[in-house]
Amino acid sequence: MCVSCALRPPDREGHSVLRILSFVVLRDVRLALRRPADIASVLFFFVIVASLFPLGVGPEPDLLRRLAPGVLWVGALLATMLSLPRLFAEDFRDGTLEQFALAAHPLGLVVLGKVIAHWLCSGLPLACAAPLLGVQFDLSSPALLALFASVLLGAPALSGIGAIGAALTLGVRGSSVLLSLLVLPLYIPVLIFGAGAVEAAASGFSPGAHLALLAAMTVAGLAFAPWVAALSLKLALE
Amino acid sequence: MRHHCKAQSPAAGRESVESASADISRAAPPFAEVLLLLLHLRPFVFRGSPMLAADNLECVRGEQSLFQKVGFRLDAGELLLLRGANGVGKTSLLRMLCGLLPPRAGTIRWQGEDIRHLAGEYRAMLCYLGHLNAIKEEFTPLENLMQDTAFAGAPLSPAQALAALAEAGLAGRQDLPAHSLSQGQKRRVALARLIVDQRPLWLLDEPFVALDAEAVLWLAGKIGQHLEAGGLVVLTTHQIVEIPRAHVRELRLAPSGSGRA
Repeated sequence: MCVSCALRPPDREGHSVLRILSFVVLRDVRLALRRPADIASVLFFFVIVASLFPLGVGPEPDLLRRLAPGVLWVGALLATMLSLPRLFAEDFRDGTLEQFALAAHPLGLVVLGKVIAHWLCSGLPLACAAPLLGVQFDLSSPALLALFASVLLGAPALSGIGAIGAALTLGVRGSSVLLSLLVLPLYIPVLIFGAGAVEAAASGFSPGAHLALLAAMTVAGLAFAPWVAALSLKLALE
Repeated sequence: MRHHCKAQSPAAGRESVESASADISRAAPPFAEVLLLLLHLRPFVFRGSPMLAADNLECVRGEQSLFQKVGFRLDAGELLLLRGANGVGKTSLLRMLCGLLPPRAGTIRWQGEDIRHLAGEYRAMLCYLGHLNAIKEEFTPLENLMQDTAFAGAPLSPAQALAALAEAGLAGRQDLPAHSLSQGQKRRVALARLIVDQRPLWLLDEPFVALDAEAVLWLAGKIGQHLEAGGLVVLTTHQIVEIPRAHVRELRLAPSGSGRA
């Protein structure tokens, strides 16, 4: 074999964005399915938090209906927070993250894939569970629908913003508390418009405006957050 | 006050070159011999600059200055052996060569170009094996290998992956979840990826750790083959391992004592 042959970059498939994205999403979803307890714990946390309120406040339908949007949304936020520390920690511990950073394609793409997978494994189950829990609060069916749509639309923004926090606190001691302190204030706009959508639908208005704003936050979150998270991951890997 | 760390720079140590093509060229007619020679010399003659070159590297970890003014040249078919006591910065130097750790000062060049400018193009040329094996415990060795190669853009067929695992001594273990493998077997999975991926530049951090005697010999042979094929290897090890037919350069990092940045 001649010297120069070995030094040519190996023939590889194109590093197309979609190929990398689908690879990372599939890998993370498969990993999550091998550890179903992680998904289940997030879901059960949400169920418990949302169920404690009707028990604590008492069975007054009017009061419950007014509390419902806020309580359910805060529950969903906290449940999402619960799964964030694991977003990068496992890959960091076993060296996979290092190899991702050494790949020829940008790390931001990998992070975007991980964010989408996080949404599939936490946001999507939460969105499906939310209307069921809404029934406990005597929400009307348009409000239940708005609840489902708002959690579904808002969750990718939560995962995206959360990825920045998770990357910044990677490898830091006591990272989960620090993560909450960093990320929860950034969740406020999503919470306001998410709960607003449900409230609007419950009082007979269209939740369209709130949902559109949530969708805008999600788009902005998915467009910018992965690159910021990738930068802080590189710092964590130094 | 700054204490300078002394690092013995380029090309010290053992040099044992053996032409890989000696047998072929003896049998071939003269014009083929000249052609072969030209092919061998091409990277040296036409590019002029060494494949991998580092100049004046300085590494600072926290408050501690690990090394300063470290440099070397490495050409196709050469092995750079990083030597030094624990904590002198061998791993840090390797991570710098990967581009994971930006040096405080100095430059690293691949074929004459700064690796910071080459970015992804340079990363596509290297394979780094660190202390961590980058293996997912939930997946089997087969899944690990197939996923890693697919991610790198050179997917393997199951048969190719099985053959690579068998070569790394993991025949019969390919379908066990990786968390049930021993430390040495996990290392072998990572090595199978290294062998299969065929990148020109190998950066190996203590690759022989946790391997049994047989696997050490096998890996040394593989490194020898890679060098023979014109690859480059940077290696740290505390073990004394004979790499067959290798042209070895040695870089000895000396402790900087109480060096403060």
